[in-house]
Amino acid sequence: MTDTLDVNYDTLIPNNVGLSSDRRVLKALEKWHPGYINWWNDLIPERFQKSQVYLRTAVSVDPKGWAKFDYVKMPEYRWGVLLAPAVEGRKIPCGEHAGEPAWQEAPGEYRAMLRRLIVIQGDTEPASVEQQRFLGLTAPSLYDLRNLFQVNVEEGRHLWAMVYLLHKYFGADGREEADDLLRRRSGSEEAPRMLGAFNEATPDWLSFFMFTYFTDRDGKMQLESLAQSGFDPLSRTCRFMLTEEAHHMFVGETGVGRIIERTCAAMKEAGVEDPYEIDRVRALGVIDLPTIQKKLNLHYTLSLDLFGQEVSTNAANAFNAGIKGRYMEHRLEDDHKLVNDSYRVWGVENGALVQQTVPALTAINMRLRDDYTRDAAGGVARWNKIIEKAGVAFETKLPHEAFNRKIGVFAGKTFGPEGKLAGGAEYDASLKDWLPTKADGDFIQSLMKPCYEPGKYAGWIAPPKLGIDNKPGDFEYVQLHMA
Amino acid sequence: MGELVKQHLIDPEICIRCHSCESACPIGAIEHDERNVVVKAEACNFCMSCIPVCPTGSIDNWRVVAKPYALADQYGWDELPAQGPAAANEDAIEATDATVAALLAEAHAGADGASRAPASAPKPTVNLYTPTKPIEATVQGNYRLTAESSGADVRHIILNFEGPFPVLEGQTLGVLAPGEDGRAHAPRLYSVSSPRDGERPGFYNVSITVKREPGGLCSNYVCDLRKGDKVKIAGPFGSTFLMPDDPQARLLMICTGTGAAPFRAFTMRRQRAVQRGGDMTLFFGARAPDSLPYFGPLNKIPHRVLRKHLVYSRIPGAPKEYVQDRLRVESEEIAEMLGDPRTHVYVCGLRGMEAGVEQAFVNIAESIGVSWTAMRDAMREEGRYHIETY
Repeated sequence: MTDTLDVNYDTLIPNNVGLSSDRRVLKALEKWHPGYINWWNDLIPERFQKSQVYLRTAVSVDPKGWAKFDYVKMPEYRWGVLLAPAVEGRKIPCGEHAGEPAWQEAPGEYRAMLRRLIVIQGDTEPASVEQQRFLGLTAPSLYDLRNLFQVNVEEGRHLWAMVYLLHKYFGADGREEADDLLRRRSGSEEAPRMLGAFNEATPDWLSFFMFTYFTDRDGKMQLESLAQSGFDPLSRTCRFMLTEEAHHMFVGETGVGRIIERTCAAMKEAGVEDPYEIDRVRALGVIDLPTIQKKLNLHYTLSLDLFGQEVSTNAANAFNAGIKGRYMEHRLEDDHKLVNDSYRVWGVENGALVQQTVPALTAINMRLRDDYTRDAAGGVARWNKIIEKAGVAFETKLPHEAFNRKIGVFAGKTFGPEGKLAGGAEYDASLKDWLPTKADGDFIQSLMKPCYEPGKYAGWIAPPKLGIDNKPGDFEYVQLHMA
Repeated sequence: MGELVKQHLIDPEICIRCHSCESACPIGAIEHDERNVVVKAEACNFCMSCIPVCPTGSIDNWRVVAKPYALADQYGWDELPAQGPAAANEDAIEATDATVAALLAEAHAGADGASRAPASAPKPTVNLYTPTKPIEATVQGNYRLTAESSGADVRHIILNFEGPFPVLEGQTLGVLAPGEDGRAHAPRLYSVSSPRDGERPGFYNVSITVKREPGGLCSNYVCDLRKGDKVKIAGPFGSTFLMPDDPQARLLMICTGTGAAPFRAFTMRRQRAVQRGGDMTLFFGARAPDSLPYFGPLNKIPHRVLRKHLVYSRIPGAPKEYVQDRLRVESEEIAEMLGDPRTHVYVCGLRGMEAGVEQAFVNIAESIGVSWTAMRDAMREEGRYHIETY
């Protein structure tokens, strides 16, 4: 297999995996390609398909100068198959095969498990584009519109990355799975996407930013642990995807941060001191901080569900097989087998939260979720910095992990955001203070009016501190197609 | 004050702690704690591997300091400290090396005040390599641009760096000609004549335009370079003679001889971008067509992209014409451009052209009842008037 840093643009599908000399896979992907383009064209409103968007495209997998920015119409975006450079002599990093040479082909005994992991990861990528398909119509600025489309085309590329693996390493089953990735639809009754959070609507831009911050961060953690896979093609694929994923984290964190910044500024200008004077704050045309907290509660807890059961044999098997590692496995200093180790997880006994000690091997999901929570807490602290700097007395925080859960030991239990078990009636009565209500959603929706003038921003969000690609404030990030 | 150093820092207010830079750094110069991501000043070798992977732009911060900020300082920051008085020469650091800074200050003196970059210009990288810590480039090509018979020997030199070299159109490179005692001579500055993505797009090679001066130590060294030769380069330098990154901006470019170098870069940059937006006008003076660098390629650029006024002072049988003469002939067009707040004026070439061009502007401004000095000063303050002469 030829293996270069630079990307080959000779074939229909840009790649650095030597597709032009791999006729079988090239043909299979070219056959899959029209279905993908149809999926894209059906999804994104036509006006945006015809607009020129200032996007980055990966031109190399070398960290130096890996991407280039230019105007492109989205259907002409060069979605490609890009793997991070192979690490010579790479070893399987964990589990019973730790220390053996990494697999370059899918090992027979783990084939089904691997395929399943790749399909689940692949399923989330187009799902989020489906969830976000109408947001362009209400973009608060051309800058944000560009960021949305950047996220969308890169999720599209991540789908390609997973589809490549399915075609290349999993034969007829893989091809079938690849077709199914285009058949399922977010929110569909007949063929929904595989994971719950990816069937929820993303109705407004606050939801979008919360989604990219919290839910895409689950994606990041999953990619981080798949980047530790002993199956080398999967590891290399995920390592390169992480380079792009960083932008999605950025969109989420700064998006929420800019909304908070604008709300605080508007409150200060109008002399509103109490953040809980919700009607007064809303009258200023900005989103009140308690509502932002409720959105945070919702998206964080939905995302926690994505990590699955706290104690899981599937996760243990994947780790033990060496096909999915832990977050930063290569930095961890233990035997990477976890045969005799234990890990503490939350459990429920007689209605109370208790810490339980379980074999570390079965707590792989829990461990990744804890890493996720630490990672997610960083941005929340920085949002609080913005509030503090503005001189508003309010603090956003992550709710307790027992709150609002649908999966795992807390599923269906009536824990509040502080981690206290509430009585059924008390829980129902308090929900409106903990999670966004229909009225909250309607209010946010009422603010969602497009602002397409270069350099201008909707009144409920502050401009960014820096332009994309160092562009000036009034740069026309999207040249909208005029019908 | 001791020697100033340039320090790479990360803006904690903008950074989202994705740690992409840390993964990209080949030498482990970047680390983080629960709060911040920081750069070890003593380890960072300015290889720039971390710059493109950053999703936020927070990575691209530099301070010129007498004493580098320690890791403990950086871990404690909520925001980046401002550039201190250590290098407070107005708002832009053109170069930290004293010799180079003096050369640039002299070249920009014609604007009669501190130069400013166009507001929309991207932030340039300066002093990545210094005369004491240069980078080695390989000569990819050396082409003569003027006819043998013309009496002028102007060369187009293409340099290849291992990996990207972050240079913007209008910036200069310092060439360090080797001295006889093994030590390099003081740098000579040459404007780059290729756009930021390279002479060949995406290849990040850089071209310079050099005229052989009789007895000139560095120019003869450069003009005699052959393909494959290694050259020591300092730079990039210069943070004000830059093009606006605003597609609507209009460019009025006036040059003689090798002063065409930055304008070649400007024009190529614009031609490679999506074709729309503000117009470009070039006044270019030479003795005759065969001594005008880039005569052939220039003529291939369509008029609608670049309005060209090629002006000759030594055509047998024709009166001598200089750029300032042609400016006066085209005074209506010039006046219209000067009156447009989107116009940026650039003058580049031999020092001798300055006075003539200035006088032409005085006349043209008067013809529309405007004081040139006031107009020029306002344009300069807005980063729309730039002079580089030598």
